[in-house]
Amino acid sequence: MTGMSAEEVGIILLSLRVAFVSVLFSLPVAIGVAHVLARADFPGKTLVDAFVHLPLVLPPVVVGFALLVLFGKQGPIGSWLNEWFGIVFAFRWTGAALASAIMGFPLMVRAIRLSLDAIDPRLETAAGTLGASRAWVFASITLPLALPGIVTGALLSFARALGEFGATITFVSNIPGETETLPLAIYTLTQVPGGDAQALRLSAISVVLSVVALVASEWLTRRAHGQTRDDRR
Amino acid sequence: MIDVDFEQSRGDFVLRAKFSTEAPVVGLFGRSGAGKTSLVNAIAGVTSPRRGHIRIDGVTLFDSAQRIDVPMQKRRVGYVFQEALLFPHLTVGANLSYGLRLRPASTRYIEPGRVIDVLGLRALVDRKPATLSGGERQRVAIGRALLAQPRLLLLDEPLASLDVPRRTEILDYVERLRDEFHVPIVYVSHSVPEITRLADTVVILSEGECLAAGAVDDVMGRLDLKPHTGRYEAGAVIEAMVAAQDEQFQLTTLQFAGGELTVPRVDAKAGERVRARVRARDVSLATARPEGLSILNVLHARIVAIAVETGAVVDLELAVGEARLLARVTRRSCAELGLREGQEVFALIKAVSFDQRSTGYA
Repeated sequence: MTGMSAEEVGIILLSLRVAFVSVLFSLPVAIGVAHVLARADFPGKTLVDAFVHLPLVLPPVVVGFALLVLFGKQGPIGSWLNEWFGIVFAFRWTGAALASAIMGFPLMVRAIRLSLDAIDPRLETAAGTLGASRAWVFASITLPLALPGIVTGALLSFARALGEFGATITFVSNIPGETETLPLAIYTLTQVPGGDAQALRLSAISVVLSVVALVASEWLTRRAHGQTRDDRR
Repeated sequence: MIDVDFEQSRGDFVLRAKFSTEAPVVGLFGRSGAGKTSLVNAIAGVTSPRRGHIRIDGVTLFDSAQRIDVPMQKRRVGYVFQEALLFPHLTVGANLSYGLRLRPASTRYIEPGRVIDVLGLRALVDRKPATLSGGERQRVAIGRALLAQPRLLLLDEPLASLDVPRRTEILDYVERLRDEFHVPIVYVSHSVPEITRLADTVVILSEGECLAAGAVDDVMGRLDLKPHTGRYEAGAVIEAMVAAQDEQFQLTTLQFAGGELTVPRVDAKAGERVRARVRARDVSLATARPEGLSILNVLHARIVAIAVETGAVVDLELAVGEARLLARVTRRSCAELGLREGQEVFALIKAVSFDQRSTGYA
């Protein structure tokens, strides 16, 4: 990897930044949604569940287009965010992070929900009778016990973000230095004559990054499991 | 003082709980499905009744008329579940102090060091719940509930998930904390020996109704409650005092309102109060004082009541001095001896019929 050009380094750093920011901001939301889906019972729960899983089954291009319509400069949410907070998603790396967050969201919610479902709710009741408020029960019992799922969900979403292509290119286009992440760069290189060698190099880097993320996920999950083994016999 | 009078429904099941007692230990007795856990859940604040009230030592925890429903984290009702439900990610020490840290200093009256000593937890403090045995877990759960400084301790069948030797061990611990910490206890069980050994007052629950509430010997000795207290468990509880210890034969003589009882050695000093349970099927009857008998306990008794029965066995209620006993004999023996109410008889009880689980500190 010694011969990486400044351009290549820039692409890798941008990809990592997009993936990292997308996980950072979507994680609290995913924990909240997973908690509601795992614990609460309300009419329309199936609908919410289906909506959360939509990015998993829709063509990524459709998700990207929906984001463009909603979060574009003229879009209902995009124009509002720009006006009040000066936040712009369209054709910015933040938009790439948003697209990655949406695409990875179902994976994150699923993993977290699975580990929440495995927690005996009576542990939370026990904490309540010992004097813990709902918020403290969540922070001191639920969250630590769900940690393996949270770690898995975050890393799955991170890996998904590194590979995000369709939604990103549709929403924020392919702007070198701003929105051109690894997969987009590889795609561009395959479209120009003589770009194959560089595309191969970037692909190799992509494989390495994904493998590292997976191994880290395995290791962290096992560590978290060791700390939170169930006390049932 | 526990004062409970409420109604609660969950689906088809309606629970009407009504009893009031000053007793330090209340036994809540009933078959599975009788509503025992629903009742303690309501006291702990896990569920809310439809109407009525729950008061403990004059503090109202729930009152539908006054629209009071104290949330469970503010009730200070300690709850020990059937399964210990220890927090698996915390050490034993962190489990123990979980509730303690949440209580303001002004409400603390139970000292952590004493709880750890009384329950024998000192060596376990650094361990994780997954490495503990069932009995150890239950002891930690009891300690955790106690350290949350409860005004009332609910024990919901704490022995149900344990094997028999562990049960006796935990019973000893519960007995000790009853005497050490003076926290009122509601002990839920479907086991007569457990209830009679620990409780002063018993509440009988059946299909969501409180059938009876009162002193253990009164309620458990009542023939009309026999279908609920159980056919094979029928018996009576005798409050007694240790009169003498026979070290040579490892026997203890107990003095009670109706005379003396000889039982296998009880680990208590002379003058200490103990409670012994006599099962009806361990009591035989004779119309004259028998001679040449291995049975050590021969008590002069009077038949108070004979249950009307059509099966093979019949239960008789006996007065032995001030105390009451139940005897179970075959209907044939009853007829052949011509037993009738008011008759003077001799009640024979084998000393070996008293077991460890049924004899303990009062």
